[in-house]
Order: sequence, then C-alpha cells, then structure tokens
Amino acid sequence: MTAVAAAERAARGSYGRLLALLSARGMGLAEAEDALAEAFATALLIWPRDGAPASPEAWLLVAARRNLGRVARHGAVRAAAQGTVEMLIEELAEGPEFPDERLKLLFICAHPDIAEEVRTPLMLQTVLGLDAARIAAAFLVSPSAMGQRLVRAKARLREGAIPFEMPEPAEWPERLPAVLSAVYAAFGAGWEGEAGPLEEEAIWLARLLAALLPGEAEALGLLALLLHAHARRAARRDEAGAFVPLDEQDIRRWDTALMTEAEAVLTRAAVLGRHGPWQIEAAIQSVHAQRARSGRTEWGALVALHGALVATRPSLGAHIAQAAVLGQAGRAAEGLAVLDALPSQRMAAHQPFWAVRAHLLGLLGEAGAAAAYRRAAGLSSDAAVREFLLRRAVNGRG
Amino acid sequence: MKYMLIQLETAEEVSRRDNPEQAGAYWGAWGAYVQAINQAGIVVYGAGLMPPASATTVRVAGGERQVQDGPFADSKEMLGGFFIIDVPDLDTALEWAARSPAASAGSVEVRPLLPPMP
Repeated sequence: MTAVAAAERAARGSYGRLLALLSARGMGLAEAEDALAEAFATALLIWPRDGAPASPEAWLLVAARRNLGRVARHGAVRAAAQGTVEMLIEELAEGPEFPDERLKLLFICAHPDIAEEVRTPLMLQTVLGLDAARIAAAFLVSPSAMGQRLVRAKARLREGAIPFEMPEPAEWPERLPAVLSAVYAAFGAGWEGEAGPLEEEAIWLARLLAALLPGEAEALGLLALLLHAHARRAARRDEAGAFVPLDEQDIRRWDTALMTEAEAVLTRAAVLGRHGPWQIEAAIQSVHAQRARSGRTEWGALVALHGALVATRPSLGAHIAQAAVLGQAGRAAEGLAVLDALPSQRMAAHQPFWAVRAHLLGLLGEAGAAAAYRRAAGLSSDAAVREFLLRRAVNGRG
Repeated sequence: MKYMLIQLETAEEVSRRDNPEQAGAYWGAWGAYVQAINQAGIVVYGAGLMPPASATTVRVAGGERQVQDGPFADSKEMLGGFFIIDVPDLDTALEWAARSPAASAGSVEVRPLLPPMP
C-alpha cells in the first residue's frame, strides 16, 4: 500500500467516527462536516509525507478546532461547534478510546424519512467523507443536483425531524434492510463497467456494518456477497479489454484470498441461524466460486437458490437473474416465461432484461435473438459490454 | 422535460465511419443505440450528421458575407448528431446520454430546451 493510500485509510476511518461523534454530541451534521472538512483535507496532504499520527482522531480534532473560525457559517454555529470540539478534545485526553457512534450515522442515513435515492450518497459522504462530485459521477447524476439533494437531506436531519439515535430493537427488522440496501447500492453503481467506481467504498461500509453488528446474519450475508463479487473484478475483462461473462471467466484471475474470506463470513452468518435474502445472494455467489475448485458450475443448485431468492425478495432483478439461470440449466423456455411475466413497460429500457431475453431466445434457436441482443447493446453504457452483445447478435449465439 | 443530447465525437471516432475494418462496429453500435432509444418512445426528433468536412459555414460580418467550406472552427470534438428527447427528468436524460456510443468515444452534452417562443 502506498503512503497516500495508508493515509487515506486512516483518515477515512477517523472521519466517519468523528462526524458521528460530533453529531451525537448535538452538533448538526452540516456544521460537523464544516468543522472536519478542512482538517481532513489537510491530513491527506500531511499524513502521506509524515505518516499517519498515533491518534488520528486527536490530530483531526485539533486541526478542526484551528479551522473552525474560518469555515463555520456564522458566529452562533462557530461557538456551538467550538464547544463540542473542545469537549471531545478533553474527553480524548482522559481516555484512549471514543465510543463508536457510526452505527447511528448509518441508520439515520437510511431513515425512512430520507429519500431512497439520497441514502447511499449521504452514507458515502458522512461516513467516508466522499465529495458530492465523485458520488454524482458514480450514480450518473449532475454534480449540482447531487449537491442539492445532499444539502436537502442534511437540512431534514438538522431540523430535528430525524433524531440522532439508534432505532429501538423492535424497529430493527424494519430498519436494517434499508441500511443494507443502501450499502449494496454503492457497490452496484456503474455495475456495467469493468469495476464499479465505488466497490471498495461499499466493501468498506459492509465491513464496518458487519463489525458493528456481528450478531446480524444479514449484515454478514451482504459482506460475503460483496467480497465474492469483488474477488472476480480482474476477470470481468480479458487481456484485450473484452467483456467476459461470469461462467466463462478465467478462474486464475479470481482473488482467492477474498473468496476465502467471503466463505468464512458466510459460515459465520449461517451459524446465527436466521436466513434472509442477502445470505441467499451470497450463497449464489458461493456456488459460482466453487467452479474454481470443481471446474464446473452447479446450475441445479443455482436454480434452487434463485427460486428461494425470488420467494424471499421478489425484485425485478431477482426475477431476471432467475430467468438467466434457468436458461443455463437447460430450461430456457421456463426462463422466458419468467421474463414474460414482468411488467413490459418498465422493461422497455432495462438492459439486463434484454440481455437475458436475447440469451434465452438464442438458446431456443429463435429468430428474435439478434434483435434482442442489439436492443441490449443499445441500452449498454459500457463499450466492452456493447461490443460483446453486438458480437452475439451477429453470431446468433445463445 | 425536453432535452437535446448533443453527440460529440473525436476526429478518430469520425474516421471509423469509413475505415473498412471498423465501420461495421461503428455503425453497429450506433444502430443499436438508435433502435433502443426509439423503442423507448422518448424521441421527439433525432438525426446523425454527415461528417464535418461536408459543412459549409456562412457568416455576415459588418454587412459582408463570408462563406467557408468546412465547419466554423476546428475543435477536438465534433458534432456527429443529436437527439431531442422528452423524459421526466435530467437523471433519465443522463442515462440515455451515457448509453450513446459517443459517450465512450467523445462526449455527450445534455441541454434542456427553451420553452417555445410565444
């Protein structure tokens, strides 16, 4: 790891912790961000050169105190921010460790009163300190629109409508899925590309969540899923940059260490004895990963798992994936029936639907395969995927 | 909301149109995109343009007419075509812009249309 990467990692670990702490002690989220932003930027200049300090939190707090006068929006805010920072510096002098309040931060970011589309961006910004422009690019949103959405969401938090606290245990079954979905959405941003622009960040969040909630099987399931998917990133394109579908990937390009970790995490989840959709998704990836040892894919096992996923969480994506796997298992006609049952209006511009439909039509030797491949290609935003689909349109291959 | 998707291509990309080895892939990608965007039912109007060299540029400066072969100015990226689409919001327009072959080999500028003149 380079010095810059090491410094970024240390700073990232501290940023969310401090932001959560400042917010938990009554400072508004936006004010806390102002207090920390410049300290964080300075750290990333200095730490790669001098090494990360022994206590990154103390360093950042002292720097934040120094910057407060310049960055706080007005006098009252500055005074409040100054007070909270002073209090934390004193606490830090007394004990070596702060409490970790980041779980609260993750829960308020995915609060039901926060618009779904802004939950993931809010998480990336508050917990990881990513800037709005980078988040906007990953989600293909204009930077100014993304900035406005974040400001509006933070204003809702400041108005006190959403308290900075953990939901009651009774609310967890309802609230945790939103947190997990928001983390997954970061991983899925720009999914067609060679590597998602936020894969590392999503895994970082999933690891944090799994560490803060070691007894939640679904948090572990999500982490296992992301680790498995991330383990194959180098195999998604060949040496020439061409797209390679999952079941044709060169297993020598899979990351064995990540796959082993994913399996261990999934086993820990299974021991907890509470099944759920994220664990099923991880198990699906686990079956694909077994090709590295057995040399073949167990399509029958995948059909069963996708059936279970659709029964647990019948999302459009789950149905489309189920149709694809039915095709690979020699049941293409059944796969087409699954696709035909989906709402056609919403599928008109949905790339995965057309790619899977083309594949199934090709397997059945139907004439419509080429047109469906071309349509899927026309809906692709990645040049390698587009070329792959157009080649298949010409070859007429399933 | 109506937006124009302004398709800008590099000179290298434009040259693929006539390159015997690359013309198939070039036109294949555009054909697929045009088919997909038309089938989505959002296109108000759209067209590809003949290459920049086919342009004739007219200017009337200080009462004097100037007519020039070729585009007004050489730039890194050239106008290759455009679509006017009617979509609910800018996010959707950006999605269609990203799918354009020009986005992978040039850029696509997305601009809202002014309301019609009274």
